[in-house]
Amino acid sequence: MSTPTATPSQRVDYLNASYGVKSWLLTTDHKRIAILYLIGITFFFAIGGLAAALIRLELLTPAGDVFQAEMYNRIFTTHGVMMVFFFMIPGIPGVLGNFLIPLMIGAKDVAFPRLNLLSWYLFAIGGLTALWAVVHGGVDTGWTFYTPYSTVYANGWVVVTAVGIFISGFSSILTGLNFLVTLHTMRAPGMTWMRLPLFCWGMYATGIIQILGTPVIAITLLLVAAERIFHLGVFDPAQGGDPVLFQHLFWFYSHPAVYIMILPAMAVISELVTAFSRKPIFGYKFIAASSVAIAVLSFLVWGHHMFVSGQSVYAGLVFSILSFMVAIPSAIKVFNWTATLYKGSVSYQTPLLYALGFIGLFTFGGLTGLMLATLGLDVHVHDTYFIVAHFHYIMVGGTIMAYLGGLHYWWPKISGKLYPEYWSRVSAWVIFIGFNLTFFPQFIVGYLGMPRRYHAYPEEFQVLNVMSTAGASILGIGYVIPLIYFVYSMRYGKDAADNPWGATGLEWQTPSPPPTENFPDTPVVTGRPYDYLTGREEEAVG
Amino acid sequence: MADAHAHAAAHAAPPELRHHFVDLPAQREASSLGMWLFLVTEVLFFGGMFTAYVVYRSTYRRAFEGASNLLDIKLGAINTGVLIMSSLTMAMAVWAASVGKKKLIILFLLATIGLGSVFLGIKYVEYKQKFDHHEVPGPHFVVPHDENTHEPLPRQAEMFFSLYFCMTGLHALHMIIGVGLLTWLIVKARADAFSPRYYTPVDNVGLYWHFVDIVWIFLFPLLYLLGRHTL
Amino acid sequence: MSQNGSHSRAPKAYFLVFAALMFFTALTVWAAFQHLGVWNTPVALAIAVTKALLVALIFMHLKSSPRLTILVVAASVLWLAFLIVITVSDYVTRAWLPIYPR
Repeated sequence: MSTPTATPSQRVDYLNASYGVKSWLLTTDHKRIAILYLIGITFFFAIGGLAAALIRLELLTPAGDVFQAEMYNRIFTTHGVMMVFFFMIPGIPGVLGNFLIPLMIGAKDVAFPRLNLLSWYLFAIGGLTALWAVVHGGVDTGWTFYTPYSTVYANGWVVVTAVGIFISGFSSILTGLNFLVTLHTMRAPGMTWMRLPLFCWGMYATGIIQILGTPVIAITLLLVAAERIFHLGVFDPAQGGDPVLFQHLFWFYSHPAVYIMILPAMAVISELVTAFSRKPIFGYKFIAASSVAIAVLSFLVWGHHMFVSGQSVYAGLVFSILSFMVAIPSAIKVFNWTATLYKGSVSYQTPLLYALGFIGLFTFGGLTGLMLATLGLDVHVHDTYFIVAHFHYIMVGGTIMAYLGGLHYWWPKISGKLYPEYWSRVSAWVIFIGFNLTFFPQFIVGYLGMPRRYHAYPEEFQVLNVMSTAGASILGIGYVIPLIYFVYSMRYGKDAADNPWGATGLEWQTPSPPPTENFPDTPVVTGRPYDYLTGREEEAVG
Repeated sequence: MADAHAHAAAHAAPPELRHHFVDLPAQREASSLGMWLFLVTEVLFFGGMFTAYVVYRSTYRRAFEGASNLLDIKLGAINTGVLIMSSLTMAMAVWAASVGKKKLIILFLLATIGLGSVFLGIKYVEYKQKFDHHEVPGPHFVVPHDENTHEPLPRQAEMFFSLYFCMTGLHALHMIIGVGLLTWLIVKARADAFSPRYYTPVDNVGLYWHFVDIVWIFLFPLLYLLGRHTL
Repeated sequence: MSQNGSHSRAPKAYFLVFAALMFFTALTVWAAFQHLGVWNTPVALAIAVTKALLVALIFMHLKSSPRLTILVVAASVLWLAFLIVITVSDYVTRAWLPIYPR
């Protein structure tokens, strides 16, 4: 359907409905809150990226000649804390989840718009609190805060950083709570669960993890703070405490947390793959069910981070088996995406380039995950660069590529403008090449024994490290290019049509950008999802 | 679609209906689910400390049993009764809201605040006793003596007190927040914000208050009663 | 949803539950002083669970709540069980291999 009665410059949409800083900082419109998140996570990504640059700078040479050891420790802690808690976890849910979920289900907003705004403020305040700690010298414990170092011996702003993460954790909880309630209670008439876009299924599964997992790290960080301030001994061996208990409590959240980071990415990929194959997704029910299965199973595998911690070998065996099992639903998704592309009418535009990059790199990273789930092998590569490479393949090769793919795909809807296709493809390739050059060598040096979190390393690893640093420079450039052309497009980009991709989904049935209330009348859904084959995607619904 | 507009105009939206909800039942359903999901996070929040408790109690059984006997069981039991009573008055407040009896709402809310305050007062007395007897973990901790044998307890009695203060402290913090929420409810009730058609905040604060009661229902036996059979 | 239930419910159930809760409190205090061996803890926990169920089902109207709400509550209990049981299983099985000092 199209109601292009007014030209985009005359039409009132959520961006120009009101002006002024207050109208943005006090907004309850989920679309504006998504933009606020976009700005926030980009800011913290830049800080984490700066820390990464410093790490790679130090690792150009085998000697620890750029930074002292403790300073280097503070830098990689900053990188981890900023990236994990203030970029990856809030990222896709905060930006794409917030923007799209109400649109995709035909609702006017999320269930609790004011809580939504509060969640952004909690994210911002938490991030700024942690940033304050960084600026004043930072913390050198690693983002994992292992005790008793973090509780007894570390000098630095452990409590402040922990408080920042604690506050941001509530942001994550509120986001998940909002999404779960929205999806349960605000779907448009006819939008049954089996007609829900797979993006929403992925965000639903993410919400489950956010609700059940985040409180545990919250209490764990509180206990760490209590130990530092009141000299309690919950994790301190000198008082009878067990550092491994800290690890149990920490990883009970932090393993599912990595699924908070990947499930939204997979949710995006499901949308991209079907839109750019112009085919209904293969195995809709399996993809939906696998998202929920991942959410549940993810809570049962945390001990695979603790194989060498002194944890019982028998517990380790069970965690190992369960870690193999949790890979199965992820594999199911990869098979289904591939089957969707097969014999599809594939169009290699930028969002699909990112999706293809995701499928390849996530699969590769995931396979190395299976290697790490193998207890015996993990004992060999634990705390080496093999681990670092594994999780960067998933988080950077996976999540960040999916995030960029989604950002490109929905950019016309978000901004009402088209990004320049040529430069977007260039940057996609630069990112892909830069990424692999950065992280593939890390698998090799890790397997050969180079430990992580060290500012110096044996001479024989230098060549691979130089390659990695070179790759990181290229990757960095690759990230800057979209930043430039997205901003450029907002001013000078071509106006976007309501549905520039000809895709299915309720979000494409509203103008680009949408009006504040999303839909003038509540849509009624009658068709199956991803109904490409009958040519109905241009048809009005409702 | 035009009918929908006419329909909506004919039945002016009730003031309590937020614009993004279709109708009041949908809003209520969402509010209720949201509140229960929040309580789920609280279960896991306290749950982390219960995990630590289980691990350390099984490891340091004698120390924990001995240290537990040093808690004042009379005050603990009275507090349990006080909290149960406050749950009753809270449930009555919610009922009063559901039938629109404004005076009763306020009365029961005040009673709940009163009982909650008694609980907090008794907690303060207990904490003060601990401070006076050097049973607070940290640099000033002095290993206490067993009630029965008057031998010094194992060193890990300090761990018991660490958990005692963390768990009851977090619980007390939730009570204080609860009292604040109840006060806010009284203000709103006096301003006629509630009716049988809309009393969601009362309902939700009720859920919160009952949850805090449930936490204490588990804290009491685990902290106060575990060693009494050795006496 | 819970509000519909409380319209028709006379508060009598609340007083009965209150009395039961006070009774169980007295019971658990009494049971704590009895020498039940390994059963002291299970008895105390069973009483606590009973009390918690009374509060949840009646005071919190869980009995008349939608199935989704009950599922949500059950999930929280299950997840807490995951956390405690799996963590404890580490400690309990450490001694199975003689290499770990205890």
